[in-house]
Amino acid sequence: MFESLSKIQSALKEKSISCCELVEYHLQRAGEHQNINAFLEVYAEEAIASAKRIDKKISKNEVGKLAGLGLGVKDNICYKDHRMQAGSKILDGFISQISATTIARVLEEDAIIIGRQNCDEFAMGSSSENPHFGHVKNFHDLERVAGGSSGGSASAVAADMCLASFGSDTGGSVRQPAAFCGVVGLKPTYSRVSRYGLVAYGSSFDTIGPITKCVEDAALLLEVMAGQDKNDATSSSRSVPSFSKSLNNFNTNWKIGFVSDTLNHSLISPEVKNAVFGVLKWLEGNSFAVSEAFFPLLEYIPPTYYILSAAEASTNLARYDGIRYGLRTENPENLEALYKKTRAEGFGDKVKRRIMLGNFVLSSSYYDTYFTKAQKVRRLIKGETEKLLSQYDFLVLPTTPTTAFKADKFDENNVVEAYLADLFTVQASVSGVPAISIPVGKDSNGLPIGLQIMSKHFEEEKLLSFAYFIEQNFTKKA
Amino acid sequence: MNLEHLRKIAHLSRLELSEEEEQKLLPSLNNILLWMDKLNEIDTTGVEPLIMMTEEINIKREDEVKQDFTREQVLKNAPQTDGEFFIVPKVIE
Repeated sequence: MFESLSKIQSALKEKSISCCELVEYHLQRAGEHQNINAFLEVYAEEAIASAKRIDKKISKNEVGKLAGLGLGVKDNICYKDHRMQAGSKILDGFISQISATTIARVLEEDAIIIGRQNCDEFAMGSSSENPHFGHVKNFHDLERVAGGSSGGSASAVAADMCLASFGSDTGGSVRQPAAFCGVVGLKPTYSRVSRYGLVAYGSSFDTIGPITKCVEDAALLLEVMAGQDKNDATSSSRSVPSFSKSLNNFNTNWKIGFVSDTLNHSLISPEVKNAVFGVLKWLEGNSFAVSEAFFPLLEYIPPTYYILSAAEASTNLARYDGIRYGLRTENPENLEALYKKTRAEGFGDKVKRRIMLGNFVLSSSYYDTYFTKAQKVRRLIKGETEKLLSQYDFLVLPTTPTTAFKADKFDENNVVEAYLADLFTVQASVSGVPAISIPVGKDSNGLPIGLQIMSKHFEEEKLLSFAYFIEQNFTKKA
Repeated sequence: MNLEHLRKIAHLSRLELSEEEEQKLLPSLNNILLWMDKLNEIDTTGVEPLIMMTEEINIKREDEVKQDFTREQVLKNAPQTDGEFFIVPKVIE
């Protein structure tokens, strides 16, 4: 199948394929691979109707930038008049009354939405093992998880059920599943992309990011998605470059720092480590200056992240009360019982644990010990990360300590171990800088390995050029 | 955290927990908190808490009356309404 939207658009121009045929192909793949459990809902008729409409526009030569792009959408991003429930029972039956700004912007450019995708409940988790809708499976090995929380979105792209997906990344939820599924995952700078219409989890971390088959498509999607939005007052007013036009602007004077604290970490698998060293050696061979960067605060990032994201989550999830939307328990004896029983029935165990933790660290006796402390450490982590990024153009590290793990690995007895699945992705989230995961090979079990690259705030243009350089000259030629 | 404390937080969280859930949650939360205590190894004397992650400050809009949603849209997803209001169990005796 086509490996990039630009190839699809050439074929559309030559009339060797139509949007209808492309959509039918994605629908057929989604049907064949239903066991992967990537989609909660597929909008077959609607997608074909849109494809017909866009095929007509193509024949009149008045077509949008994203014509031919079949997009899957994680089930925590609103699409007007469609169901959305963040993988949770508590939003059973909810129908979006708005489209997220990102969705409105890609529709304007003629993307076609294929369906909504399974994920960890409320995007909390790293394995897309959903308690209400079942596990998402990894396209490369059905015994293994697709990663998370945007697991359905990544596995669907790997399996050609759509050309690209929208995921959301709070602590690594776009990059980690992209690495596990052998596709590209981009977390933009915090505030680069509007969060309007995204289900709020950790509001000081949340970003919507594209999951694609190639860097070029990630660049193209970002330039359409990004930019200030009146509906999100935190969204950045900075201008948005044409990322897809500047991919060839790489520069061999760029300085690369590899974060040795990650590569020497006790949790890293030897095969992931070797793969990353392989890329570093190759970069050196291509006359990039590669040197060791130290990040002694590494071990402190996950606890900082979990304190702050749990606190923000418990606040954001207070709105699910059984009154204005979603599930309501039957015959509650009074209002308090209505709240408590609805929430007990609607949330899964993992989400309940996160809410409890969040309300604990925000409770008056512990607020300073945990919450304020974590906010202070966050400042140190962000400062140290910025300091490193002033010495190097990019920081390079593995996206994940291991390749995709087997399903049912984590339960309430090893929560901390599960939290460490995010060890290498949370630095960019806590600091707010952009980061991308690109595939750089496979391990001896045939499981994809992801390389992560971070750059300074708002330097996605450089980040994407560098990722493109590695993809075109290393990954594709290996 | 002890059981009494856990129950207080569950009440604040408006979550009804079964005894079995309490038994599972308590050790799991205590493990996580122990792990989070690691932050105390870092000296943060004189460090200001980091609160805002965006560089956009005081983004304002005109204070004008406008309608983003119709009543019908607002009530559409509610489990119980009378067509005009949300219905909840009786609050005042």
